[in-house]
Amino acid sequence: MTNPHDMLFRTLADPTRRAIFERLCREGEQTVGALTAQAGVSQPAVSKHLGVLKEAGLVLDRHAGRQTHYSARPGALAPLIDWTSQMTGFWQNRFDDLENLLQRMDQ
Amino acid sequence: MNQKSTETASATQSVIVEREIPHAPEKIWRALTQPHLIEEWLMKNNFMPVVGHRFDLRADWGSVDCKVLAIEANRTLSYTWDAMGLESVVTWTLTPAGKGTHLRMEQSGFRPDQQQAYQGAQYGWQKFFASLEQVLGRAD
Repeated sequence: MTNPHDMLFRTLADPTRRAIFERLCREGEQTVGALTAQAGVSQPAVSKHLGVLKEAGLVLDRHAGRQTHYSARPGALAPLIDWTSQMTGFWQNRFDDLENLLQRMDQ
Repeated sequence: MNQKSTETASATQSVIVEREIPHAPEKIWRALTQPHLIEEWLMKNNFMPVVGHRFDLRADWGSVDCKVLAIEANRTLSYTWDAMGLESVVTWTLTPAGKGTHLRMEQSGFRPDQQQAYQGAQYGWQKFFASLEQVLGRAD
């Protein structure tokens, strides 16, 4: 099982993919053709990026005739914004390391 | 500074981690206050157990600016923790419990509006999140 955070970060780590996602957030639903016109990469490349975004739950697709329209699901970012659980995880790991150290220390 | 964790949007929030540790408070205290020991479980540092002393914690991903706020040997230690757009306070409390110690860490003072600055800075995506925040703000 991959961690959902890892998946979101991996998905958004690519600048072209991130730009596509941001554009969908900003401008609303778009077709692959419209996205390609501004993405600076080929249509197959844009389609591939959209597939990855869709798999991560960041975009939705809607078929209408021969066209596929994509829209952003910004709510999928919510786990990233939950810093309290991240910091809790950080400190739990630190506690583990501290206990490990205490076992190695002299009385 | 001892506020409990809260979900209220306007209030500050805390992260609390506590654990029963089978070691004496005095031993844990050494691990919390001696730089070469701190480095082993937290980060490289120039900590000194002196109120008002400024120090930093250094890791591959950046550093944390800290200042000692309160210190009571073997019982409590508190310092500021400013990093990645967050301004917070970390307070350690050691309470003897049987043969060991109840160790409590509270990191408090996060404001909800710091969340995205924190996330952005942590991953070097501050600009991305700032623009995303605008976008999401408009979506409401």
